[in-house]
Amino acid sequence: MENIVIIGNGIAGVSAARHIRKLSDKRIIIISGETDYFFSRTALMYVYMGHMKFDHIQPYENWFWEKNRIELVRGYVTKVNPEEKQLQIDGSRAITYDKLIIATGSKPNKFGWPGQDLHGVQGLYSKQDLDLLEVNAPNKEACRRAVIVGGGLIGIELAEMLRSRDIPVTFLVREDSFWNGVLPSGESKLINEHILDHHIDLRLGTNLKEIVADENGKVKSVIITETGEELACDMVGLTAGVTPNIDFLKNSGIELGRGVKVNRFLETNIKDIYAIGDCAEQHEAIGNRRPIEAVWYTGRMMGETVAQTICGNQIEYNPGHWFNSAKFLDIEYQTYGWVFSERGMKEYEEHFHWRHAKEKVCITIAFNKENNQFLGINTFGIRMRHEVFDRWLTQEKDVDYVMEHLIDANFDPEFYKNYETEIVSKYNTDFGKSIKMKKKSLKRIFAIG
Amino acid sequence: MSTYDRSMALTGQPPKELSRNQKIATLIGLSGLAIILLAAFNVDFPNKALWLSISLAAITSGTIWFSWDMYSRKEPGIKNDGVWFKSISSKGFWGWIAGISLTSFYIILYFYPEYLGLVQKGDNTGVIGLFDPLSRALSGNPASQWFVYGTLYTVAILAFGIKFMWKYRHNRYERIRTMSVMFFQTAFAFIIPELMARLNGSSVLNGGSLPYYDLKNMWPLNYYNFEGYRIKGFLSSGDIGFALLIFGVLSIFVISPILTYKYGKRWYCSWVCGCGGLAETAGDSFRQLSDKTVKAWKIERWVVHSVVVFVTLMTTAVIYSYLGNDTSKYWLTKSTFLIGVGVLLTSVFALVMIFKRDQFQQDAKYGAAGYLVIILALIGFHFFSGEGQVFLFKSETLRKSYSFLIGSIFSGVIGTGFYPIFGNRVWCRFGCPMAAILGFQQRLFSKFRITTNGGQCISCGNCSTYCEMGIDVRAYAQKGENIVRSSCVGCGICSAVCPRGVLKLENGPLQGRIDSNQVLLGNDVDLMTLVNKK
Repeated sequence: MENIVIIGNGIAGVSAARHIRKLSDKRIIIISGETDYFFSRTALMYVYMGHMKFDHIQPYENWFWEKNRIELVRGYVTKVNPEEKQLQIDGSRAITYDKLIIATGSKPNKFGWPGQDLHGVQGLYSKQDLDLLEVNAPNKEACRRAVIVGGGLIGIELAEMLRSRDIPVTFLVREDSFWNGVLPSGESKLINEHILDHHIDLRLGTNLKEIVADENGKVKSVIITETGEELACDMVGLTAGVTPNIDFLKNSGIELGRGVKVNRFLETNIKDIYAIGDCAEQHEAIGNRRPIEAVWYTGRMMGETVAQTICGNQIEYNPGHWFNSAKFLDIEYQTYGWVFSERGMKEYEEHFHWRHAKEKVCITIAFNKENNQFLGINTFGIRMRHEVFDRWLTQEKDVDYVMEHLIDANFDPEFYKNYETEIVSKYNTDFGKSIKMKKKSLKRIFAIG
Repeated sequence: MSTYDRSMALTGQPPKELSRNQKIATLIGLSGLAIILLAAFNVDFPNKALWLSISLAAITSGTIWFSWDMYSRKEPGIKNDGVWFKSISSKGFWGWIAGISLTSFYIILYFYPEYLGLVQKGDNTGVIGLFDPLSRALSGNPASQWFVYGTLYTVAILAFGIKFMWKYRHNRYERIRTMSVMFFQTAFAFIIPELMARLNGSSVLNGGSLPYYDLKNMWPLNYYNFEGYRIKGFLSSGDIGFALLIFGVLSIFVISPILTYKYGKRWYCSWVCGCGGLAETAGDSFRQLSDKTVKAWKIERWVVHSVVVFVTLMTTAVIYSYLGNDTSKYWLTKSTFLIGVGVLLTSVFALVMIFKRDQFQQDAKYGAAGYLVIILALIGFHFFSGEGQVFLFKSETLRKSYSFLIGSIFSGVIGTGFYPIFGNRVWCRFGCPMAAILGFQQRLFSKFRITTNGGQCISCGNCSTYCEMGIDVRAYAQKGENIVRSSCVGCGICSAVCPRGVLKLENGPLQGRIDSNQVLLGNDVDLMTLVNKK
């Protein structure tokens, strides 16, 4: 019986294991140094905030693994030896494999700031980071101020977590507006305001110069590059992005770039070794995607794909239309298709932006100004129906069609206020059109008849 | 391991710390309860109407002030910070204290009302005496333990309903739904029946006297609705009484199937029902305590469907026992009634087997077993029953054991008393026969579903954790499947707490409703066809 070994029990590794089990009877072993069982990484924040206990963020009950004959091994893989098809766990135990899947995820970026390894300085990625946070910032007495460095998704989540325990937070963001490398400026501005509404001390266009230690080697303060100001704090969160977690593969013969280099079949340069999820790096980016995609959904899709390949049905990793979502404090964000920020905008791309006069609700629609083709949408505070936008993107609808049928895509709970009329009328004004919105149709939404 | 503070201080640490306003509000609320407690120890208040008003006002305003202070200065959004750190909402010390107090209250209420001051002949004393003025003002009669309970119940739904609406002030579905349960409790369960009692003996009712009737409460939730004394009451009260009796029959056989078909069982369980109303308002802080394991789900299905079988047999037996044998006196006789029940059940069973067989799968075996038990029992009734006796038991014994086991112990003592231990919907999930019948229909004949939004689920678990019915919502959502479960009461909280906008409660076409394909959008089409191959 073929022996499949998966390093990493995150969403990518576990998706691969589940689908290999569905398709075959192969022996499956998952190795993880982080936790005994799979958990939802994106939900770690809710454990610190007291919304859930750690048990709740484990999607499967503990009997699931044995029932599905997925063997779990606890330990860190320290070495991979492709010639012998052998792994070493924690420097001693050896395990052999017939096929190996590397799904070891990421680790927080550290850019060589002075003091970045002091006590009280940490990233937020793993279960261990969460446990560390309970030590570094258990409450507002032990942690009188926290400084977060890096304005991305993890940064704002960490800020929300700390604020849930009333800990004062200073948020250093290098860009002059929050996450504006990804978000168009109107949206980025809206989030800036929302961060301030939550009493977070947001410092835009601000860089960290160094982290200062007290006499015990614990963080005492940080110094800001631009002003030289020294901010006293008890905890520093480093959330300036993540990088593939592949140090243990150095000198293994597996080709590495920033991540583990893979082709479209998710195969590495060595036969029978695959890499999926955050740690995989495509030789060439697929479409508008980045070569390394550190996103929950792509991890899952790669897991499903590699399972097919391993079970004898070799197929390419061929992700469909881009989508993603996040939540910035109280504001939900969804995106379908491609909407680039001003920095990354394509030359053919044009935006339509609408923002509610009072509430924190806005949308941006990107379209091709040459042929009016709809390219993508970002929504803040409005939920949209994935299936509808996926269909529109596939059918290459033009932006007028999207505006006309916008109500079909609304996914907000029943009785919610609808903003579509306002949105369409602004679109008409902005672009001199006279589009009349169609009535919502269940037939169209569910593609019946 | 977490290292957060586990001290038992009542006022807590952040984020569970009580503010000064909250402490005062708690004090006010407790002082209202203290008046009732003093009354229970037979402190004879001079002006009962005044003291009762003070007490109820204190309880209400204490609760409202507390919640205002808790939510008003925060941005609208999900307010679950620290839920699992507070001992009251995480089965900690205060959770157990609350559970034990509530349970004791229910035991006294159901079995020892004399301790509350109920006096059969003469004036009430104690707590019940305290409520006399209000009862007289409404119905003209002195209070009973049920009037006291009904009043406190309504106050709880109103005060905690306001709290709930503040907590979810960004969510219009939750606000409207809560207004609905507050309205139905106050008007239908509390005021209208009391006012109806004023009509008793009047000429409108031909001098007859109506049984106490909460119009929104339908069989089998009010399992007693067709008992002999109530039928007599209805029939003695002229056209109005007769109309109410017909309404009672229509409610379960016509009105509820239509509404459940269109909207799912939520139209009742989380919009109208009193038990649901209390669970959604006063019980909201305990929703996360429901058990989500597969094992609990198995137990749930056995227990709740056994209750359905039990209540069907019991009601049949009770009606059977007071019907006659002589067709010349009344068209409905013992044997026509049994045949009627048999035919009805057979047609329901046959319809399901013919049209919904594939969706029923292995549950069909259990359904068939339940059906068989009932039919055999019906035949048994016919051959082995004498006067006032059904089968080997007296029908009265059957009725009494149902009322004791299900009506009192299950729905009250366990169902509500154990809110802080088992969650706020224990009764609705494991015990309520009405919920089971509506749920059966919701699973098989309804437009309602919770739609999963393509591939957006991140398996975080908020939906499952905050599902009061113990449904593992995430198990469906992460596979891209819609959630079509008989137990779902449509409270909408899974959708509210979802950080990625994945879940939507909606009524849509039947086609593709139970969507068992793993439609994880985002992958290309070929791969999805492969993944969906079973």
